Amino acid sequence: MYRVYGAAKGCQKILGGSVKMRVINKGIPKIDGIDIATGKAVYTDDLSSNNALVIKILRSPHAFARIKSINTERAQEVPGVECILTYKDVPGVRFTLAGQSYPEPSPYDRLILDEYVRYVGDEVAIIAAVDEKTALKALKLVEVEYEVFEPVLDFEEAEGHPSIVHPEDDIHLNMDIGMNREKNIASSYKLEIGDVDSELAESDIIVEKTYYTQAQAHAMMETYRAFSYLDHNGRLTIVSSTQIPFHVRGIVARALQIPQSKVRVIKPRIGGGFGGKQTASVEIFPALVTLKTGKPAKIIYDRKETFSSTTSRHAMRITVKLGADKEGNIKAIDMQALSDTGAYGEHAPTVFSVAGHKTLPLYNKAQAVRYMGNVVYTNKMPAGALRGYGVTQGTFALESAINELAAELNMDPVVIREKNIIKEGETNPILEGSKDGNPAALESCALESCIKKGKELIRWHEKYPRKVISDTKVRGVGMAITMQGSGIGGIDTASAVIKLNNDGFYTLLLGSTDMGTGSDTILAQIAAEVLDTTMDRIIVHAADTDISPYDTGSYASSTAYVTGNAVIKAAEDMRKKIVGSGAKLLGLSEKDVEFDGEFIKNINGKQKLSLNELAQRLISGEGKNQLIGMGTFGGETSPPPFVAGFAEVEVDKETGKIDLINYVAVVDCGTVINPNLARIQAEGGLVQGIGLAMYEDVQYSERGKMNSNTFMQYKIPCRKDIGKITVSFESSYEPTGPFGAKSIGEVVINTPAPAIANAVYNAVGVNVRKLPITPEKVLKGIMELISE
Amino acid sequence: MLTIKDYVLPKTLEEAYSILNLNKNNAILGGCAFLRLGSKQIETAIDLSDLALKYINEKDNQIEIGAMTTLREIETSPVLQKNFSGILPESVKNIGGVQLRNIVTVGGTVYSRYGFSDLNTALLSLDTDVVLHRKGRISLEEFLEKGAQKDILEKIIIRKTKCQASFKMMRNSAADYAILNVAVSKNDNDWKIAVGARPQRAKIAKEAGKYLAGSKKTNEEIEEAAVIATKELAFGSNTRGSKAYRESICKVLVKRAIMEVI
Amino acid sequence: MKIKVIINNQNMELDVAYDEFLADTLRRYGFLSVKKGCDTGSCGLCTVWVDDKPVLSCATLSVRINGKKITTIEGVQKEAKEFAEYLVNEGAEQCGFCSPGFIMTVLAMKRELQNPTVEEITHYLTGNLCRCTGYMGQLRAVKKYLGVV
Repeated sequence: MYRVYGAAKGCQKILGGSVKMRVINKGIPKIDGIDIATGKAVYTDDLSSNNALVIKILRSPHAFARIKSINTERAQEVPGVECILTYKDVPGVRFTLAGQSYPEPSPYDRLILDEYVRYVGDEVAIIAAVDEKTALKALKLVEVEYEVFEPVLDFEEAEGHPSIVHPEDDIHLNMDIGMNREKNIASSYKLEIGDVDSELAESDIIVEKTYYTQAQAHAMMETYRAFSYLDHNGRLTIVSSTQIPFHVRGIVARALQIPQSKVRVIKPRIGGGFGGKQTASVEIFPALVTLKTGKPAKIIYDRKETFSSTTSRHAMRITVKLGADKEGNIKAIDMQALSDTGAYGEHAPTVFSVAGHKTLPLYNKAQAVRYMGNVVYTNKMPAGALRGYGVTQGTFALESAINELAAELNMDPVVIREKNIIKEGETNPILEGSKDGNPAALESCALESCIKKGKELIRWHEKYPRKVISDTKVRGVGMAITMQGSGIGGIDTASAVIKLNNDGFYTLLLGSTDMGTGSDTILAQIAAEVLDTTMDRIIVHAADTDISPYDTGSYASSTAYVTGNAVIKAAEDMRKKIVGSGAKLLGLSEKDVEFDGEFIKNINGKQKLSLNELAQRLISGEGKNQLIGMGTFGGETSPPPFVAGFAEVEVDKETGKIDLINYVAVVDCGTVINPNLARIQAEGGLVQGIGLAMYEDVQYSERGKMNSNTFMQYKIPCRKDIGKITVSFESSYEPTGPFGAKSIGEVVINTPAPAIANAVYNAVGVNVRKLPITPEKVLKGIMELISE
Repeated sequence: MLTIKDYVLPKTLEEAYSILNLNKNNAILGGCAFLRLGSKQIETAIDLSDLALKYINEKDNQIEIGAMTTLREIETSPVLQKNFSGILPESVKNIGGVQLRNIVTVGGTVYSRYGFSDLNTALLSLDTDVVLHRKGRISLEEFLEKGAQKDILEKIIIRKTKCQASFKMMRNSAADYAILNVAVSKNDNDWKIAVGARPQRAKIAKEAGKYLAGSKKTNEEIEEAAVIATKELAFGSNTRGSKAYRESICKVLVKRAIMEVI
Repeated sequence: MKIKVIINNQNMELDVAYDEFLADTLRRYGFLSVKKGCDTGSCGLCTVWVDDKPVLSCATLSVRINGKKITTIEGVQKEAKEFAEYLVNEGAEQCGFCSPGFIMTVLAMKRELQNPTVEEITHYLTGNLCRCTGYMGQLRAVKKYLGVV
């Protein structure tokens, strides 16, 4: 039986002791699984009205231009066109589309429609018509005259480029993010612990290399979409496939200059997000049309718009300089980075800083570390949040450099990690929750055993560094480690509400957004565990800003940890209330009764009251007291989950073709709340990481038009591309986590790129430092080695 | 966006042909998988579905494949699996998924002369003719070079020989288009080396074929033939690969295909 | 143009434009299980059966299915649920958006291939992209469903 210890922390005592979990750590099927798998109409477009106006966007053909004139007269005349909006019709208040807690670090640098267009695909006009054909017909009739400018396309040449991407002087910043607008610098950042230069000067060995990570597309299967209407009170209601309903409410209200109380956002089932839907790319358009026309409106981005007019991962260049002694003890790490945020600054400062913050603590033996650089504006599609959020980029650079250092020292890459990695109980001043002079402690970490287990699973000792298969084929193994966070310490908060209904079942109200991850299910598991009940007695509702309790949203690996803790608090609150009101009805004192999930009873069990009866009597005239449990949580820290990743590749020495044979990932996400769902999260993240490593590349033409705007040109891995993937868990116990859990959503994407790069190096001696690792790059490297 | 103003299902090829030539914006429908990617504005779309052009017929000395035959039918055809070392099924099996191959037609693929086509490269390495309604029967080689004006491809005919053949391609992701594809066939000592996705459409490396026929097929000579093939054909760059990379792997794939055939 | 079709064993008369594709027609007539993911025939989300063969409904002109038999997942709910149980037990439906098309391909494969090997299964299903699961869980589900060791 679950015992209340007064706080979420109490749960560890149970797990640490002999009490067995009934629902936690069980591979329970997702509560919505069968319905979504068999095609029930539960996604945004399935729910939209047939009468909604259809919206199409006229987009800029130029990478950088000013609209000299725009004439919508002919387009307006097309029968069935309801409204056409240009930059003259929208509020002049800048905002960001980034879904972040207020005050957002992302610059307020965009308007709904602007006189300036800053990338090919930027919005020029909004066309709403009775159907798609009519909207498209009208779109072609809008006449625009542009003054075309020289675009800034190469992010390495953006700083000080003669063209200024944001010439306007009304950009609003909520805080100092180091912007230097006239130099195209959206944000700059520096972190230094210790004296890096002098530690480097004293190091025996220095390795310095520059790495490039490309822009990556989220490529969720359900493209961006939303519809809106005015409800019976004239309030704007938006149904959107979003990860951030509460932030969408705020963003739309600011952009349209209406009070948040006039906006309601509903999130139905979501067909994947991966951080893309943490940016409010589409909601404003139907909202604006509905406000202007009073009519329902919907927008569905096609795949091309999804690729070329939303956001992608920030492309980065990171130069890593490592100093070590001859035994492989790392003394100093210096990371100099440059990030490409594209035309607008969504998530620009935070993705950038996180790339250092969530990589450097791995090697806490270093005496001095530094992470610094700039985020620049360019005339390309804006970058944004994407699973991994900078850590993926930082991990590729740092882990690749560590592997190159190991090679320089003629040392096994596993051994160099064993010497240098952070361990449970140790501190590091970069970990979230650190205060000046008081570095935060790592309370849970099984990284060492993850590495050990991974080594065994891939059979490292047999395979490292390479095995010759034939005259033309050779296999190599490689590895990398990573960490992430669990929510944003001191910022992310979530609330949960539990209602006891009149038949003795519960409703769990959440503001988090299950985008396929299974978070609704694992949060119900947490509630069921605390309430000593079964999954079928818990109904989950999420998310509707009018009904759901506040939640920052599902991003930053926060839902299991942050919302999970809120659910524990709400469920414990509910337990207390059940015991209290049960005791009252039984005429006993609270301390003399217990609740076993079904009955409230006295200690000998002779006097008892079923939960059903309690619930019935409480909502009746007799009780007049429906029970509502409530909990809010926000973490001071952001406990990192860890992964050790191991790749085995086969390289064709004559063509450079790489076949991924095996990938092993051993994950420490603390207590695994649902092993089946956690495994899928891990496998899915690994394959997305494999895509980044080997196949995916957002590419632009010389004039800045995106070439990779279909699934024909932008290749996400198919099921033949991934070899065999093995996922294993080495659980630590996170004392601040729900039942000891940490996050898993993002950390799993980070290791494939550096581990595969390392495996290729171990196979054929070629270091590919610019992602993706394509056959062409590998063959070029092989040729160069031969000619040396 | 593809638009179609009118749609017909003719009962004879003659009827289809005359409708096709009534208006320059009239067009024959193949599988439509690629057609719909463009923004073609078709006046009258002509569907050949009622013309019984969906067949793979094995005759004494040739195999005939109707224009409306799907790639999936090629992939699973026992006749094609046992002839020509099975390179036709082999060449189509990586094109999209089963759902796509159940739509895409041989007629659409061959008539459109796509540069990336795997099937056209494989067919070119065999003794293949195309039968056009107006122009009649011509070799695939000539057709790929010159194309046709407002004609209808009725079927392709592949002469049955005792040939050995091999198909090789290089893809990065298995579901991507080929960066390069190569098909080699040997009929007695008559060698045909076809290379496609250069990224231009498939062509025969004639010099290399001649050289190989006159050689003893030692490893060195095979490599030399591959080098000759690479030299005599033109290569280009696109997002999938550079000219230099295509040249490098052309040598390798041609060599490997020859080795497999010997 | 009016066309006569049998959708999920029911005779229906549909009114379709010449340039309308089947995925759009089916959604318009309320078969909302049919999803579209790519517009280029690359993702397999829109897979339905035409005369029992899996095809991309986004690339099939509706006028061309006149007189044919169409099956969507709404028409094979019992069988779909049987397989969905395996899928959901692995957690491998994830966001679920690609699941209907995936399941239609799996059920077609079951009819078409006799005792398929893992390689044959992977080949048959390659046209169905999934961004969430990494495919491994789907494969586990298919293997259990078909009894492949």
